[in-house]
Amino acid sequence: MSARVLSLERLTEREPAAREVRRYVRAYARSASAMAGLLIVAVFVLVAGIGPWIVPYPEDGRGAVHLERKLEPPSAAHWFGTDEVGNDVYTRVMLGARVSLQIGLIITIVAALLGVPLGIVAGHVGGRVGETIMRVTDVFLSVPALVLALAVVGALGPGILNAMIALSLVWWPGYVRLVQAKTLALGQETFVEAARAGGAGRLRIVLVHLLPSCASPIVVKASMDMGTAILAAASLGFIGLGAQPPHPEWGAMISHGRNYLPTWWWYSTFPGLAIYLTVLGFNLVGDGLRDLLDPKSRG
Amino acid sequence: MLFGLLCLTFAISHVVPGDPARLAAGPDANESMVETLRTKYGLDRPLGTQFARYLGGVATGDLGQSLRSRNAVVDDLLRYFPNTFELVTLALLLAVAAGVPLGMLSAVYQNTWLDHVTRVVSVSGVALPAFWLGLMLQLLVALHLGWLPLGGRLGLTVTPPAPITHLLFVDALLRDEWRIVADAAAHAVLPVVTLCFPALASIMRVNRAEMLETLRQDYIVTARAQGFSSFRVVTRYALRNAMIPTLAMIGLRYGWMLGGTVLVETVFDWPGIGLYAVNAAVSSDFQPIMGVTLVIGVNFMLANLLVDLAYGWLDPRIRRASVT
Repeated sequence: MSARVLSLERLTEREPAAREVRRYVRAYARSASAMAGLLIVAVFVLVAGIGPWIVPYPEDGRGAVHLERKLEPPSAAHWFGTDEVGNDVYTRVMLGARVSLQIGLIITIVAALLGVPLGIVAGHVGGRVGETIMRVTDVFLSVPALVLALAVVGALGPGILNAMIALSLVWWPGYVRLVQAKTLALGQETFVEAARAGGAGRLRIVLVHLLPSCASPIVVKASMDMGTAILAAASLGFIGLGAQPPHPEWGAMISHGRNYLPTWWWYSTFPGLAIYLTVLGFNLVGDGLRDLLDPKSRG
Repeated sequence: MLFGLLCLTFAISHVVPGDPARLAAGPDANESMVETLRTKYGLDRPLGTQFARYLGGVATGDLGQSLRSRNAVVDDLLRYFPNTFELVTLALLLAVAAGVPLGMLSAVYQNTWLDHVTRVVSVSGVALPAFWLGLMLQLLVALHLGWLPLGGRLGLTVTPPAPITHLLFVDALLRDEWRIVADAAAHAVLPVVTLCFPALASIMRVNRAEMLETLRQDYIVTARAQGFSSFRVVTRYALRNAMIPTLAMIGLRYGWMLGGTVLVETVFDWPGIGLYAVNAAVSSDFQPIMGVTLVIGVNFMLANLLVDLAYGWLDPRIRRASVT
């Protein structure tokens, strides 16, 4: 009997949370642009997940050479045409989705893992440590991320791993700024004062009260950053400092295809479209999430 | 802040894993050449001494030597920076000149076709890869239509004017060389449009959102009730307040544009510091990259300072607060 009562209690506790989630889902679904973004991102994630098993010429992702079919225009056999060594551009664009998703995820996660704790320390602990963190953050923010990443890759050497390290190293300051401002504001809130008066330690206040309240803006920023990070990594690839051939990376593909314009236009056009759609998708999802979770920061 | 920037560039060049002497010597140098450079630049000394030496070098305008051009980095920067400055300034002016009125009109005519078009442009603008947009513009406007040149700063048959300010447009105008002005303008259209597009989209978006917010304020309703013309209410009262957050976006976008020059100058073969940095990075020529990082950082700081000053000009409350 008591077990039954407990389970019912749990049910009634969960119901409002489930209802709230449904309310959020309905509110998100009301925005056509946010749903379009979600659809684009879903397709992108799906392609990144199953791409290697559904592409028509899997060996072309590893840099196979088929000179007999080089630079062929789009056709039924090669939807996006072929490149200078006869690789199927459609296959390489599809496989590039996985590379871009990995890059975007790693940069965003590393940046958040570095930036969020630093932001909380700066906002909650404050003092000389907080001041130092914010000054260092300001210095990093004083140079455009791409230029700073170029400098770091210049020191480390070109390559996809170094490009990811460089972009992660320059991406975290945005999170520090965001979380520090939020933590400072939350520090004055009654519920934090009450927790402090109730004897809660610093760590408990951070983990139980501050971090969950910072979650919404962090999620919104991370969703936006996915697109921007993919764009930045593609930019490094285009310059020749990111992924190296035969890695199927969109920026590097555009860079190589550039030499074959205007006659072989498809080589650069389709990877560029893929970057555009992916970044657009993440931006629209980020916009939708911001309107839902953090409407005050809309701008 | 400037000291922090110097610390950062020093840290990247000396602390990031990798050997600065090897980087400075270039990829083809042998061990003895690397050792010679290590001793010459004091890289075998303690980090503190190296940093003091680095600061001394920057203070006296010594940013090292480029392996590619064999010139002092500071000389190369002085040569290329005016081109970048012209490109970014023109792009920023275009972005503000088009973005602010379009954002304003989009808010005033909310939910009309104009609003829908500007919203699509503002969403697309920030997602478009600048280097790809540049290539597509080259493909369409320069190669297919043949309306504008493909790239470069001037046509091959055009000789640049004798320098006065080192800014090509300004020098050509000062020397009354209209043929050069026209040729430089034709070469500048595509890079300027490419560089300005993401900034235009952001400025338009922020200005629209702020105008929508401001147009709902009581003082705007009061101004309308007092019989002021709609044009005066929108431009004189609403736009001025909406411009404050827009100005912050303009400052931020200036920084992005300076970063964007790295890509746009590469696509259009524009002889600025962005292309200089890319060429240096690709050939592991390390000193120029550090020089460019420093110059761009300092410019970004100056731009933010100008934005802070402009706040006071736009908003009397900020001006009074800073006086008291």
